[in-house]
Amino acid sequence: MSALGSHAGFIVAAYAISLLVVLALIGWVHWTHRRVKGEIAALDGRGIRRRSAAGEAPARLPGEIA
Amino acid sequence: MALTDLANPTRFLAFVARALPVLAAATTLAGLCAAYLVAGVPDDYQQGATVRIMFIHVPFAWLSMGCWVLMSLSALGTLVWRHPLADVAQKAAAPIGAAFTFLCLVTGSLWGRPMWGTWWQWDARLTSVLVLFLLYLAVLALWQAIEEPARAARAVAVLTLVGLVNIPVIKFSVDYWNTLHQPASVLRLGGTTLDAAYLVPLLVSALAFTLLFATLHMAAMRNEVLSRRLRTMLLMAARRGVA
Repeated sequence: MSALGSHAGFIVAAYAISLLVVLALIGWVHWTHRRVKGEIAALDGRGIRRRSAAGEAPARLPGEIA
Repeated sequence: MALTDLANPTRFLAFVARALPVLAAATTLAGLCAAYLVAGVPDDYQQGATVRIMFIHVPFAWLSMGCWVLMSLSALGTLVWRHPLADVAQKAAAPIGAAFTFLCLVTGSLWGRPMWGTWWQWDARLTSVLVLFLLYLAVLALWQAIEEPARAARAVAVLTLVGLVNIPVIKFSVDYWNTLHQPASVLRLGGTTLDAAYLVPLLVSALAFTLLFATLHMAAMRNEVLSRRLRTMLLMAARRGVA
């Protein structure tokens, strides 16, 4: 800290806040992936599959991508 | 694999599964190189050690604008070519761009307090970046406000293209107005005014943050594709009455 001089608090705060926000972004991406994959697997387990995944004609619902 | 093959979301997901570990490794490597270089940077003769804030503030500033340009290109893809992944790319980029713009403002404020004697000044550069942050929040709110993704994508695309006007305002604000913020010192017509001792770590840091952005964006796009598949499955379950 002393090597950063009298403004060490500003420098450390800038890097610490940046690190926290970047870690939050990584966590958001990671946990969203886990949650969505889990929900898809649960529906799949109950026999609910997209028509394209089940080999049927891929009629699309609004906003759906194959 | 041809680039056009990635228009197919299933092929895109297969591509992401291969590319994401490589991108994450490259981000880590570049980040370690940047940390090593920044640790060895000498104090500036005027700013002292606070010059180290530049190595995070400037990449966040560049990427906050770069992300909006990327979203604008995606908006064209949505409105003109109706590319299946265009609005996915746009929606995935918005939270990351908002976070980077927030960090640009916060690190700038933490740099400005000891150097300028103030946390904030309503000058053209700072205000136009704040407007960019508010535009990101507006985009995020609009995605949440309209339930049907295709309709939301068109509304967000229009807002994004309107907001693109703000990018040259940010870039040239320090040239056209008398601002507290310093003029451009790296991306300028007359060449950089930064000494190599600062320029090299800055460029390596910018590379690391660009790779981080690419990694997060690709992962968020994968999540968005999967979320839309989940939405489709839930609608099918509701139709069958089994949800």
